[in-house]
Amino acid sequence: MSTTSDRQLSAPAPVLDGPTPRPPRADVGRSRPARRSWRLSLRRDWQLYALAVLPVAFLLVFRYVPMLGNVIAFRQFRPGGSIFGERWVGLRYVEMFIHDPTFWKVFSNTVILGGLTLLVCFPLPIVLALLLNEVRKKAFKRTIQSISYLPHFLSLVIVAGMVMQLLSLQGTVNQIIEGLGGEAVPFLQRAEWFRTIYVGSEVWQTVGWGTILYLAALTTVDASLYEAARIDGANRWQQTWHVTIPGIRPTMITLLILNIGTFLNVGFEKVLLLYNPLTYSTADVISTYLYRVGLVSNNLSYAAAIGLFQACIGLVMVLSANFISRRVVGASLW
Amino acid sequence: MQRATSSPSVRSAGTPVGARDTRGYRAFTVFNTVALVVVSLFMLYPFVTVLAQSFSSPGAIKAGMVSFWPVGFNLDTYRAMAQDGLFWSSYRNTLVYTLVGTTIAMVLTTTFAFVISKRHLRGRGVLIGVAVFTMFFNGGLVPNYVLISSLGLKNTMWAVVLPGAVSVFNLLVMKSFFENLPQELEEAAQIDGLGWFGIFGRIVLPLSKAVLATMVLFYSVAYWNDWFSAFLYLDKNELFPVTLFMRNLIAGASSSASEGAAAVGATTQAVSANIQAVTMILTIIPIVCVYPFVQRFFVSGVMLGSVKG
Repeated sequence: MSTTSDRQLSAPAPVLDGPTPRPPRADVGRSRPARRSWRLSLRRDWQLYALAVLPVAFLLVFRYVPMLGNVIAFRQFRPGGSIFGERWVGLRYVEMFIHDPTFWKVFSNTVILGGLTLLVCFPLPIVLALLLNEVRKKAFKRTIQSISYLPHFLSLVIVAGMVMQLLSLQGTVNQIIEGLGGEAVPFLQRAEWFRTIYVGSEVWQTVGWGTILYLAALTTVDASLYEAARIDGANRWQQTWHVTIPGIRPTMITLLILNIGTFLNVGFEKVLLLYNPLTYSTADVISTYLYRVGLVSNNLSYAAAIGLFQACIGLVMVLSANFISRRVVGASLW
Repeated sequence: MQRATSSPSVRSAGTPVGARDTRGYRAFTVFNTVALVVVSLFMLYPFVTVLAQSFSSPGAIKAGMVSFWPVGFNLDTYRAMAQDGLFWSSYRNTLVYTLVGTTIAMVLTTTFAFVISKRHLRGRGVLIGVAVFTMFFNGGLVPNYVLISSLGLKNTMWAVVLPGAVSVFNLLVMKSFFENLPQELEEAAQIDGLGWFGIFGRIVLPLSKAVLATMVLFYSVAYWNDWFSAFLYLDKNELFPVTLFMRNLIAGASSSASEGAAAVGATTQAVSANIQAVTMILTIIPIVCVYPFVQRFFVSGVMLGSVKG
């Protein structure tokens, strides 16, 4: 019961004396208030801290332990031994992948695949959103939206299955090719087709969902700006270019930053589902390579070194994209 | 212009305050409508063709005759799948994993979001930082795998259910929702002697039904669709979720195709194309059935997240 009475007394305290603390014995010492208020907040908010225990424990075990587990990139690891490895081996595994030609091959594959995806999948939702924005029939607009969001909710396994069915020798694409008098192409066995297939399925799955934030941003563009532009003699195209696009620019930049930051994580699972040894030369990316090296061939330390390298590049890219956009356009994620 | 300002609905579309429909614009409208219809046909086509294949005869698929419409309509494959014990046990596993996973995820996410939504809380910044940092840097595949194996979770449900249990994105969405709840209610409850547990359970949660529903949907779709953690951590057929069952079907099909043997390969591939189609349809059905009703929750969830972001 004492906690209840404590709360009755102290709960409104942060509101009242937040900015100007007025403890009755403020003159006692410099270190006292800090310690005392920690004790105070523990007593007042212990239930909040108690609620946080499970989630924090979860994050520590399932997020932070693996982060620390990356030390096996610098340590010898014995299956069944400590998850942090047995003994230091220094940069042996880092040197190993730096001198590994396959690593650089998959690295450039990753950059190309990620770059293509960014190039195609970033602008298309903007275009689609602009087109949708011009639709005046509400019902029509809503139908198109519903249809285009749907692929987003499918498992990658289903998407891969659909891709395989469409591109199989009996599939629709080859039916069309044969209908036009061509030879059926085993697309999924051809390395030169992999990038197209990957980016195409990525567009199919993400373009509709990607419009949501742009459509939301479009509704916030001030209507009087259009009016002003029209009075100045701007036609529809000029209105779009000079009013609409600047209106959604912050959204574009935010999403661009997010995309650049995750650029190296090119859809690992999708590649894993769609590639096969015949297409490794274009399809194999860093994460699939480290998956095979680490978990199929059991070279865990080596794979951890590659994974750590990839994660660090990813972190640097998010931070620098954010920094650049803050400097150049004044918009940033945090 | 008069008309446009008087009807507020026009404004939201950002459209031409009373723009005159010039000939050019009318042409554009036609083009636009056609373009959008074509786009949505592209979006729908894969569903249609898979549905058509699932009802077609293997021979017709093998001959490359199936596109929009079933050829040689029959229900044999559906009947065969109905007998397939492994398929149904996978289906049941998916249901269980989704249910358990979503429950755990919801408990962890709501409690933590509630805690970090309390601005006065000491150490709040640290708690938020601990969560947000995991968005930008994660342990990676190998250390996660090592952790799960050394915890002895391989070949248990927990390997599938636990690692995905807190999505920081969902957490932040929820936090911003809780922050925007009226403070007065909580203060009044405190004065009436309710502790934080009580405030959480009796005031905050009942006020947050909409956002809770959204989160449940986000998590359950993620668990329903997940295949990779099952692929990594489960070796036993009887533990597989349906997505992994499906994955093994398509992996089998593609490996038999790459082995080449035209005559033999083609038959097995066409047969499995049928089975694949049916499996896909049966896996998609729950999502497609709920989708029309829940779509707006998803959209609003994304918007909430963007306000924060």
